[in-house]
Amino acid sequence: MLGTIRQKAVAARSLSSQVLENDLMRLRSVASVMRHYSAGTKEMTVRDALNSALDEEMAADPSVFVMGEEVGEYQGAYKITKGLLDKYGPERVVDTPITEAGFAGIGVGSAYHGLRPVVEFMTFNFSMQAIDHIINSAAKSNYMSAGQINVPIVFRGPNGPAAGVGAQHSQCYGAWYGSVPGLKVLVPYSSEDARGLLKAAIRDPDPVVFLENELLYGESFPVSAEALNSSFCLPIGKAKIEREGKDITITAFSKMVGYALKAAEILEKDGISAEVINLRSIRPLDRATINASVRKTNRLVTVEEGFPQHGIGAEICASVVEDSFGYLDAPVERIAGADVPTPYAANLERMAFPQIEDIVRAARRVCYRKSSIAASA
Amino acid sequence: MSSATFSATTAGPHLPLYTTRARSHDQNPMFDPLKKSASFLGSSTKLSFNSTTTTKLTRANSVARSPIVAVSEVKEKKSKPISNLLITKEEGLDLYEDMILGRAFEDMCAQMYYRGKMFGFVHLYNGQEAVSTGFIRLLKKEDSVVSTYRDHVHSLSKGVPARAVMSELFGKTTGCCRGQGGSMHMFSKEHNVLGGFAFIGEGIPVATGAAFSSKYRREVLGKADCDHVTCAFFGDGTANNGQFFECLNMAALWKLPIVFVVENNLWAIGMSHLRATSDPEIWKKGPAFGMPGVHVDGMDVLKVREVAKEAIDRARRGEGPTLVECETYRFRGHSLADPDELRDPAEKAHYAARDPISALKKYMFENNLASEAELKAIEKKIDEVVEDAVEFADESPHPDRSQLLENVFADPRGFGIGPDGRYRCEDPKFTQGTAHV
Repeated sequence: MLGTIRQKAVAARSLSSQVLENDLMRLRSVASVMRHYSAGTKEMTVRDALNSALDEEMAADPSVFVMGEEVGEYQGAYKITKGLLDKYGPERVVDTPITEAGFAGIGVGSAYHGLRPVVEFMTFNFSMQAIDHIINSAAKSNYMSAGQINVPIVFRGPNGPAAGVGAQHSQCYGAWYGSVPGLKVLVPYSSEDARGLLKAAIRDPDPVVFLENELLYGESFPVSAEALNSSFCLPIGKAKIEREGKDITITAFSKMVGYALKAAEILEKDGISAEVINLRSIRPLDRATINASVRKTNRLVTVEEGFPQHGIGAEICASVVEDSFGYLDAPVERIAGADVPTPYAANLERMAFPQIEDIVRAARRVCYRKSSIAASA
Repeated sequence: MSSATFSATTAGPHLPLYTTRARSHDQNPMFDPLKKSASFLGSSTKLSFNSTTTTKLTRANSVARSPIVAVSEVKEKKSKPISNLLITKEEGLDLYEDMILGRAFEDMCAQMYYRGKMFGFVHLYNGQEAVSTGFIRLLKKEDSVVSTYRDHVHSLSKGVPARAVMSELFGKTTGCCRGQGGSMHMFSKEHNVLGGFAFIGEGIPVATGAAFSSKYRREVLGKADCDHVTCAFFGDGTANNGQFFECLNMAALWKLPIVFVVENNLWAIGMSHLRATSDPEIWKKGPAFGMPGVHVDGMDVLKVREVAKEAIDRARRGEGPTLVECETYRFRGHSLADPDELRDPAEKAHYAARDPISALKKYMFENNLASEAELKAIEKKIDEVVEDAVEFADESPHPDRSQLLENVFADPRGFGIGPDGRYRCEDPKFTQGTAHV
């Protein structure tokens, strides 16, 4: 099922009307594509998907609890935990003081004793204050204790840039956490991804870093009946081929999947058939799917919003060169955010992150085609 | 058994601020409970007590010496002591054996390190045995202990076999963590030793989380009798770290069953506590967060034990956390790589004279709790235990090469759990995908 984005007014859940406006401006600046789908398919926002996943897992297992800033009475800084406090009470939906290191460590300590905390960081930028616990006391513990103590904890929250939130609120942490053995790092895109991967993460016996995206929270995607089932969960470490193609492979995760799909439609008009892979999991990385795809298409473009050096694209390119070098018809290309702290000014910020045109241009370069006049959208 | 009424007496001569030799040894020993002048560690102002503590001052309990020096509000127990003594013979022998084990083990570690059998960072606990023994011997098996890198003796006191700890230090596969943890990362699920952390301050939130899980089990999971307590051990340097304060706040806020034990040995590697801390009286930081703060002579296992009893019982009763500052000293350097040049030899001699093992021995003789022969027998037994541990570790195999990649995840292939509750990789229809090394 392809994920589609509908242009509809986002309910007033965003933090500010400025964010809402930027969001809509971005959507309007792109040619909107409406797909037809069967009348019976339900639509769900990513926010509702996450909320329902948390709700169902908390109902199924009393050792699951949520902890973080504003998760309780405020109903969640981004309303992901809306309604959970009323349903499960303050012992299971724990509002914390502003102490990332402290409450991340408390989560880890309780996970040592078999509880299943879901620790929310208001954004993953704040996780840097707790990164010692994510890596040293969560990720490494099963290894250091030789399997005696596993840590079934989930760290979740929005990751990457939003709109106009400045340098300290815009970093993508996929590459940092993706390099740590002992962690699983998941990056959902659609509502089905969000539901399935969060449920898998909560049930998982190991520490999971769950990187969401603030701008995706309000977007709606169709969800199948299977995905609405409460036992539904997706495998970890398996990527999804969102769109099949034969000329070029584009890998992306989180919000960039939507951009890649749009770019693929533009490329289609030029006769370039792009295969879009939604990574879903940065660690373990699904090298098999990526390599199989590149062996089929012979060309690769990786897309991410994070900083370019030592990024996710770097790892994918290395993997492809190692495993499928003979199949490549062109050098691999990686598109990433600009190598600068995120600027505030709207036009600079737009230049600092990949846009659809950037993906289209890179795909053309990799296919050794000149830019056509009808390129930009 | 006499209870710990936290009666406050103070002692010590007046000393100027910012001196690195605050515990002056050419003057009378600090914290002698019989001295009456009220100054502390170089502070130029006298300690003043609020009215609750002064009333306790006048009701000096009937034991020979009061266990503590300075304190803030703690509830007083009403029970009267049965005998004049703080311990029975069995308890005394248990304490003695535990401290001798700690001392002999650490001495053997030093020997093995210099012979190349042990490597990396090794931090020895000599001199601080009273704190580990005083607290941990009071805990149940289900209670948890969290420590820093100076964790060998905490593990031993909690019940991890000496063989397992020694093998771990040698890096052998029979170690408590199969050789994957090492000196600084002692974990034992069976004995609830939750580490062993190299980052000081890291263990404090983990310990707070263990205490949180105890309360959660009781209140949410319905295990009404779950009263497990957690003891977090850390040093004076850690008491300046942000995580310490974050956890004091949350533990007091949520009334978690935890005891924060500061092993104040005055030195953080080469940084004197007084050079690093604006207010060196760590026990005072407890009341600032709404929990009792207690200072105790950490070179005296009986005093530590009395304070520990009260603090642990408080936590078990659900009354919340306590901060206990134990004044103690490490006889050796920070680690076996530390030349230990900054500490004054006179200071070392002063504390060597207050060796907790000798002090307990003396107490047991004076009160006819044990004979010379019984204590000698314990020492001999421990020597044999430690020798056996070394032999066992020596003869144990190194880890297999295949062990390198094991235990990264609890989930064998990292694909997660399927809707049926089993690992995905066990499903024969699930295709294998990730790279192999």
